[in-house]
Amino acid sequence: MELNETITEAMGTLRINKLRTILAALGIVIGIGSVIALISLGQSSQKSVTDQIESLGSNLLTISPGAASSGNVRGAVGGGTTLTYDDAKAILTSTSITTVANVSPELSKRSQVTTGENNTNTQIYGVTPVYSEVKKIEVENGSFITERDLASLTKVAVLGPQVSEDLFGEGTNPIGKTVRIEGKAFKVIGVTKEKGGTGFNNQDDMIYIPLTTAQKVLYGQNYLSSISIEAKSADVMVAAQDEIGYFLLDRHNITDVSKADFRIMNQSDILSTASSITSTFTSLLSGIAAISLLVGGIGIMNIMLVTVTERTREIGLRKALGARKKTIITQFLTEAIILTFGGGILGIILGVLISFILSKTMSLPFTISFGAVVLAIVVSGATGIIFGWYPAKKASDLEPIEALRYE
Amino acid sequence: MIRISKVSKIYTTGDVETKALDDVSFEIKKGEFVAIMGPSGSGKSTLMHILGALDRPTLGTYILDGENVENLSDDELADIRNKKIGFVFQAFNLLPRTSALKNVMLPLSYAGTPKEKRVSVAEKYLRMVGLSDRLNNTPSQLSGGQQQRVAIARSLVLNPAIILADEPTGNIASTQAEEIMAIFQKLNNEGHTVIMITHEADIAEHAKRIIHIRDGKLVEDGNGHSQRVVKFEARNPKS
Repeated sequence: MELNETITEAMGTLRINKLRTILAALGIVIGIGSVIALISLGQSSQKSVTDQIESLGSNLLTISPGAASSGNVRGAVGGGTTLTYDDAKAILTSTSITTVANVSPELSKRSQVTTGENNTNTQIYGVTPVYSEVKKIEVENGSFITERDLASLTKVAVLGPQVSEDLFGEGTNPIGKTVRIEGKAFKVIGVTKEKGGTGFNNQDDMIYIPLTTAQKVLYGQNYLSSISIEAKSADVMVAAQDEIGYFLLDRHNITDVSKADFRIMNQSDILSTASSITSTFTSLLSGIAAISLLVGGIGIMNIMLVTVTERTREIGLRKALGARKKTIITQFLTEAIILTFGGGILGIILGVLISFILSKTMSLPFTISFGAVVLAIVVSGATGIIFGWYPAKKASDLEPIEALRYE
Repeated sequence: MIRISKVSKIYTTGDVETKALDDVSFEIKKGEFVAIMGPSGSGKSTLMHILGALDRPTLGTYILDGENVENLSDDELADIRNKKIGFVFQAFNLLPRTSALKNVMLPLSYAGTPKEKRVSVAEKYLRMVGLSDRLNNTPSQLSGGQQQRVAIARSLVLNPAIILADEPTGNIASTQAEEIMAIFQKLNNEGHTVIMITHEADIAEHAKRIIHIRDGKLVEDGNGHSQRVVKFEARNPKS
């Protein structure tokens, strides 16, 4: 019998018991659907995280303060008060450091921001003009912090587009308007261009003010929460890390490297850590989804075994009329493969739909992995062969006389 | 055409050996119409399975159309059943929810006949059994007699050496049974070899030759219309 006839016949048989066919295929639909959805979701969150980190540039170093050691007690990294604006200036002007292009000292804190009508809680960044260059921030509307603002401690603010929308509503130009940060009035002088991103450190959800204003007017503290360093190129990252490290140790009068009161991290460390975390999650979730696919496959096998038993007489008749073993195997295997393959196709559609909805609700980029779809098609076909083989073999091995006698 | 020599079939259940057939020999020539008779448990079904290449003899040889069946593989047996034997069963054994035409086409598709030819051949034989207006009816839409006529058409499509009918009228009303027997007689008159298993004497009488089986042994091999047939019927109140 030709292949298309075998398929037509198998479809006909499957149509006879519609509910059973649908229920059997449902296991595969759910299995494939969840594999696709979870792989896509994992990949889009990975993409979102790496995009965010990469958008900062690959030749970026971040110096974070470590709490100064007092005896054997050491505070948490980032919580310290050991970095100052002077440290940043010194790194830039030092003759012993040759690999650094830009130094951006930063002081960031979360604060309540109000306009009188609306209010939001967001991250306030005290920065210098060079910040926009180091962190690849572009101003969409208005201007960024200038040296003059820094020198005269002006109360001006540059809003991220998210903040602007939260405070003034979509489509309103906030330039010239006033926002109150911790009760102090700041004039809005610019809005940054949307970068896209979510969650922690979303660069669209920030307010930039002059560093000096942040230190002296707003928070009354002299230290920094971090210094971002732009190296001259990606090739000199290690050299830059060493130069700055020894320079700061010297400046802070620390001789023992293990007692350093700061940490220097480079961008690729952060990137690889972040992506290894997300890819571990992706494989873990896909593994769980694969178990549901396995369960679906067992369901198919179960249904096919029932079918073979039910159709014992038919198999006996077909053998009496001259069907070879191979013909019987092909017939039952085709039914199983149509079940799993059809289920697989529906599963892909379901999975794409789920990941689309999830990516919208979690505001992640919507990605469908071509590889995952191909894998799903191959796996669903293979499931049919693996779990359909035994029932089909069992059918073909029936003795024609026994099968004809079967009631 | 058919030569059965010293054929025995022994079933072993645990230590107990049951001889379903015991040293049976006979020949059937081309164009014969033979009835095989015997009460239930006589071994006539076993004989039918061996004749139909559904089973292999334990001892002895079976030569069908010049071919020794005993050493053939499962697939070779399948081909013999497909091309050399036309089966007609007591329970019709048509595929349910499948049209008469498709049922008749089934052996042709196993023989690898091209699709267009399958349809025309199947139509030809359905016309021959008088069902040309029932091509697309499924078995449930046909009477018992009509279903058996579909089964006969199916047995004929590959022009087999023998037509093997197992109690062909067993499930059919007696008026329709006569029609079925008329078809077999017509086929025989056209030169087909027909072997029919039955326990009904009046059905067996349509045959030209009757082989009696009892306890696995061939007890009588003679012409139809014999006195012994009547006697046999008397011993067998069931028929």
